[in-house]
Formats: sequence, C-alpha cells, structure tokens
Amino acid sequence: MEAILLQILNGLDKGGAYALIALGLSLVFGTLGVVNFAHGALFMLGAFVAVSVQELLTISMRVKDPSITFFDAYKEVPYLEVWWGDIGRAIIDYSVPISIVAAIPVMLLIGLAMERGLIRYFYKRDHADQILVTFGLAIVLQEIVKSFYGANPIPVAAPEAVATSVDVGAVFGMPGIVYPWWRLIYLLFSVVVIGLVFAFLQFTTFGMVVRAGMHDREMVSLLGINIERRFTIVFGIAAVVAGLAGTMYTPILSPDYHMGMDFLVLSFVVVVVGGMGSLPGAVAAGFLLGILQSFFSMNEIKSILPGIDQIIIYLVAVIILLVRPRGLMGKD
Amino acid sequence: MSDDDKKFPNLSRRGFLKASIATAAVTAAPTILIRNAHAFVNEPKGATVTLGFNVPQTGAYADEGADELRAFKLAVKHLNGEGDGGMLNTMKPSSLKGNGILGKKVTYVTGDTQTKSDAARASAKRMIEKDGALMISGGSSSGVAIAVQSLCQEAGVIFMAGLTHSNDTTGKDKRKHGFRHFFNAYMSGQALAPVLAEEYGRDRKAYHLTADYTWGWTQEESIKNATEALGWKTVAAVRTPLGAGDFSQYITPVLNSGADVLILNHYGKDMVNSLTQAVQFGLRDKMVNGKKFEIVVPLFSRLMAQGAGDAIKGILGTTNWHWSLSDEGSKAFVKSFGAEYGFPPSQAAQTCYVQTLLYANACEMAGTFNPCGVIEALEGFKFDGMGNGPTEYRAADHQCFKDVLVVRGKEKPSSQFDLLEVAKVVPRSQVEYDPSIFGGELGQCNA
Repeated sequence: MEAILLQILNGLDKGGAYALIALGLSLVFGTLGVVNFAHGALFMLGAFVAVSVQELLTISMRVKDPSITFFDAYKEVPYLEVWWGDIGRAIIDYSVPISIVAAIPVMLLIGLAMERGLIRYFYKRDHADQILVTFGLAIVLQEIVKSFYGANPIPVAAPEAVATSVDVGAVFGMPGIVYPWWRLIYLLFSVVVIGLVFAFLQFTTFGMVVRAGMHDREMVSLLGINIERRFTIVFGIAAVVAGLAGTMYTPILSPDYHMGMDFLVLSFVVVVVGGMGSLPGAVAAGFLLGILQSFFSMNEIKSILPGIDQIIIYLVAVIILLVRPRGLMGKD
Repeated sequence: MSDDDKKFPNLSRRGFLKASIATAAVTAAPTILIRNAHAFVNEPKGATVTLGFNVPQTGAYADEGADELRAFKLAVKHLNGEGDGGMLNTMKPSSLKGNGILGKKVTYVTGDTQTKSDAARASAKRMIEKDGALMISGGSSSGVAIAVQSLCQEAGVIFMAGLTHSNDTTGKDKRKHGFRHFFNAYMSGQALAPVLAEEYGRDRKAYHLTADYTWGWTQEESIKNATEALGWKTVAAVRTPLGAGDFSQYITPVLNSGADVLILNHYGKDMVNSLTQAVQFGLRDKMVNGKKFEIVVPLFSRLMAQGAGDAIKGILGTTNWHWSLSDEGSKAFVKSFGAEYGFPPSQAAQTCYVQTLLYANACEMAGTFNPCGVIEALEGFKFDGMGNGPTEYRAADHQCFKDVLVVRGKEKPSSQFDLLEVAKVVPRSQVEYDPSIFGGELGQCNA
C-alpha cells in the first residue's frame, strides 16, 4: 500500500513538470498555431538561469591552496562569504528561490525576443516549416549553453532546510511514506503556477481577449483589438511558465544543456494525449502520464511486463489517438 | 604474322600451361612486391609519425573527453622531448629517449566520437585512411571502445583503449590489435566486495539499479557475483534506460523493498542524477533491518564526484587511479599536468597518457612501427612507475593487471579537487582471473 501511494506521489510530482511544460506548449499552439519545438529549450534556459544565479552569487576570490603541493592550485572562496560571513552563506544557500525572482523577467524577455525575432515570420507557413525552424533554434540555444557551461550536469542545491526528506505518511497516520521536501514543494509550486495561469486567462480582461482570440482570431481582429500583440505576450507567458518549471527543477535534476530535449518529446505526447490546444487537457494529461509512468515502474508490474515502464506513455498515446483522435479534451 | 605468332610459334598444350603459370606468377608478383614494400598500414615514410586521438568532444562525455585530449597532448609533448618529461622519467623499464618514436617526431590528429559508436567509427576511419594515423586511442564509453577496436583490427592499426570498463572490451570482444590499460567491472567487483563486507557486514540485502547497456550489465553481474559470494543477498536488479534523467520512479520502489544497500551501476550523468536523487529520498538516513542504509557506486571518477556534490561524501567505489597518490609516477604526472593546465588530471587522463607512452615504448622495443612487432612487445610487458605500481599487460587478453583502488567520497574535502580518499589498495593478485571465463578470441595481427 505504501509502495503504491509513494508511486502515485512520485507520479504527481513528475506530472507537475510535464503539465507545466505542456501547458505552455498548448498555450502557444492554441493562440499562435505554432508547433514550438524550442519549448523544451525554454525549460532548459530556465534551469540555466538558476545555474547562472548560483554562479553569480558564488563569484569567488582565488586563494592559494596550501594542501596541494605538486603544483600551484587555488581554492575559491565566494566573495559573499568573505564579506558577510553567515549571511553571505545563507544567500548562496537560497540561490534557487532567488533564481525564481530572476527567471521571471529573464524568461519573459527571452520569450518576447524569440517571438518577435523569429517565430512571427512563420505564422503563415505550414507546420513542417515551423517544426524545422523551432527545432533548429532549440539546437542553437543548446549549443550556446554548452559552450558556456560545458556538457556535464551542474549540481544546484536546494536550500539546506528543505534538502532532506519528510515522512508524509505520518501526517495521515501511515508512517513510512518518506518523500523529499523539494519534490513536494515542486508539486505545490506547479499547482500554484497552473492555477495562476488559468486565473489570468479566466478572470482578467486580457485573458478574456486571448480566449476570444483562440476561439476566433479574425473576429477579434475585426473588433479592432490588436490580437497579435496579445499573442506575443502569451508567448512570453508560456516562456516564463516553462522557464520557472526549469528553474525549480534544478535541485531535482542537475541541469545540462540537453535536458530540454529530454522533456520536449514527453511534453508533446502529453499535449497530444490531452488534446492539441486544450489547456485543461494538457494539465490533466501531464499528471495522468506522470502517474502512469511511475506506477508502471514498480517491480511487481515490470516482472510481468518487462520494459513496460519505458513504453507505457507512448502506448497510452497510441490508444488515446485510436479511440479519441483529438485527445482527451480536444475539441471536435 | 602477328606478334603472338612470333612469341609462340609452336604453341602446344604443355607450352600453353607453362605460359599460363608464368603469366599468373607475373600478375601475382606486384602484389607480393607491394606487400613487402608496404608491410603494414600507414607505415611512416617521412620524419614524423601520426597518432589518432578519438575522444568525445561533444555529447554527454565531452568534459571527460576534453581531459583525455589534454593528457594526449601532454604525452606527445613529452615524447618529443618538450616539457619536463612527466612519466618518461619514472617509467621502468623504458626505451623512450624523448626524441619522438624511433627518431620520428610525433604528431597527432583528433576525432570526435560524440559518444556514439557510428560517429566514433567514422572519425577513426577518417584518421586512419585520410590522415595516416598509425595508432588510435581514446574512448569514454565501452560501446564506442568495442566498436573502434574491431575497426582498428580490420584496418590493421593498433588501438590503445582509453576509458572503458566493460568486461567485454578485453573479454568476448577482445582483438589482437586492441589493448586496455584501464581496469574492468570484474576487477571492481573483486576489489570492492571484501571492503563492503568489512564495512557493512556479511548479512546485507542489495538492490541494484543498472544502466541498460554492455557496461551496466557486466558491472551488475560482477558486483552481484562478488557480493553474493560473501553472503549478501540480491533483492532486485532493475535496469534503467541510459540517460533517464529523473530516476525517482526507480528509487521509490527501493524504499520499501527490504533492501539495506543500493548499488548504482551507473556512470557519468546517470550516476550524478541517480545518486543525488537517492540521497534526496533520504536513503542514507534510513535504518532498514536494524542497519544503516548504504549506497555503493562501483565505478567512480573525480569528474563525477564534482557533479554529485555533497551526495558523494562517504560513498564507496573503485577507481583506476587518483591524482593524490604519492608514488613517483603519479607525482611526476600530476606535476606536469597541473603546471600545464592548472588542475589535476582525471583517471581518464591518466589512462590515456599512459597508453600513449606504452605504445611509443613498445615501438622502440620492437624497433618497428609494424603492428605485429608492437603487439609482440606489448604482450606480457611488465612495467612500473606509471602510477599504478607494478603492472603487466597480459598476453592472453591484452588486459593490464595492477592494484585496484577502493575509494570513498571524502567527508571534509580540503580543496575543490580533493573529493576522494583511497580507502584501500587492493593487490593485483586479488583481482586476477582466468582469461577464458569471458570467452572471445584475439585473432591474428595484420589479418
């Protein structure tokens, strides 16, 4: 029983990441009609905002390392630590939460630049062209990150206070369900961000216009509303959502230049299962596929169906496409 | 009258046969002459000899590949008599004079394996056919090493393997032209198991997470056999896809499996992620079966330890070499590498540096670049002063045998490089095995 609960919890937090990426992907497709293969790269860039903030905070002075006698080696002591001691150390410790604040404007700018600089020229082209150009862009971004940060994963630590795990089961009178704090925070964070995006679209005038535009772009334009500009901002929001998902994910998975591609394929499956352009569909499918993936990794199931954990997501996608070709919540 | 009539005025049956045989002999002659003239592939004609360094310059192992390349460049420098000479001064016995190889200046070309077998083969092929490389070295993945090794065998050049740890490289996939200085999964198992039993006791239940490819499989098998022989039980051995990223779905079943040890048969990025996540799930703070839960990583490198950060502290594993060793060879190598690049070399760098020197030395010993001669010189070659104590290139499978280091992630590192401490030096006799257990055939040289 504990094992099943644990896998469900694991699926939820995995699903949180899938849902966040797929939400942005679906938002862009629903508004701009663009299949954005560079969306995974935005997730990766968000993660590297955290890496950059960490590097900024730990800019260090070189002190000769007396413990190495074979050659001249240097130790690096962060300036923050030199100047402010414990307070400096605490600031470095909280680099991920600080990165969140930094990631919002950075990702918004990157998103806007990407849309204005490249994507908008491809609105009227067919999907194959869009896929090619965004895929190319993803590779360019990846290589740029690699040339700056190398190919190896760079560890980014969660604040020490939440770097450990907690017995979640004890709260419900079922001790033994131990889960890392940060993953629980990630799950909560994804729910909050998803809630904010929906609230924004549902309860603001801006959101209303965007929804109207998604429904009938031409009509909204004819009413004298500059829907283009609104959609540009939507692209920026999608970039922020993907970027934040990446920033928060760094303590879970040490980021490297390739992490976006790894998530991109999964997110597309999530969007397809959820229904292209359907936001609730993307979120529901994200959590659903996360849980399925976790659940089918259990040894009891793998002993009956070896290798099922690696294909289950695609298997579900095939079945859904056969039964409901427009996805779980896609409109006919 | 035609010319033929002039040559064979009375052509009889016997005469025709004789003429045919003569013709056949004449036709065959140039080939024999050519074979003699070019007794082996890429025989150096000018004043230089070219070596090919095939390392991952892009892809997941790019940083490791970069360190290998640094070591190769340093080795070439030392062979040509530049710099402080590094291990040239400590290697025993040595025929190296610091004037290149057999009096020819050493030059090199590089290739990018991308950590993919097909790309690695293509770049090795280019270096052999276009650049005239006499020897190929490099690696950083057993899949790549095995693929390039068989290509070198076909092409007739020597392959001095870099970082490759699968038993298959000098086991079922061994080749006459291939040589490995690095240790293998079997040796890791034999060296590590007694230390594990000593530290964690004999009544332990292990859970394996294994990278699903040639190296992972042989690693899992080796550790499983070695630990079970000492009384451990294996609860489960779960294969994980290479490059899975998030391993949490494989780690959560460990929590309630009854296992009290987690063995991570992962390398590189996979190991960094799986170890970090296992620690996040509180595995190291857990008590199971009345014992403290332990994590073991059978193959370590300093570069990986850097990636794993604090998670590596206290974790046991094995390594081929570590820069903090205090023998003369290691000290000389670390000194010249550190002076050149400002940081100590990794185990991948050491094995590549040593392999280049060993190849050069074998050419000097043989007095030729002919692979057959070089192979003969390397087979059974015993040497010392290269950082691993007395070492032997076993003739039967072209595997080096030397002491194996059991290391532990250092609790209180004194510098950013000081991440591992040597827990035990396991003597060579304890990790030796009968070459026939892994099967495979070496084949012939230049064939």
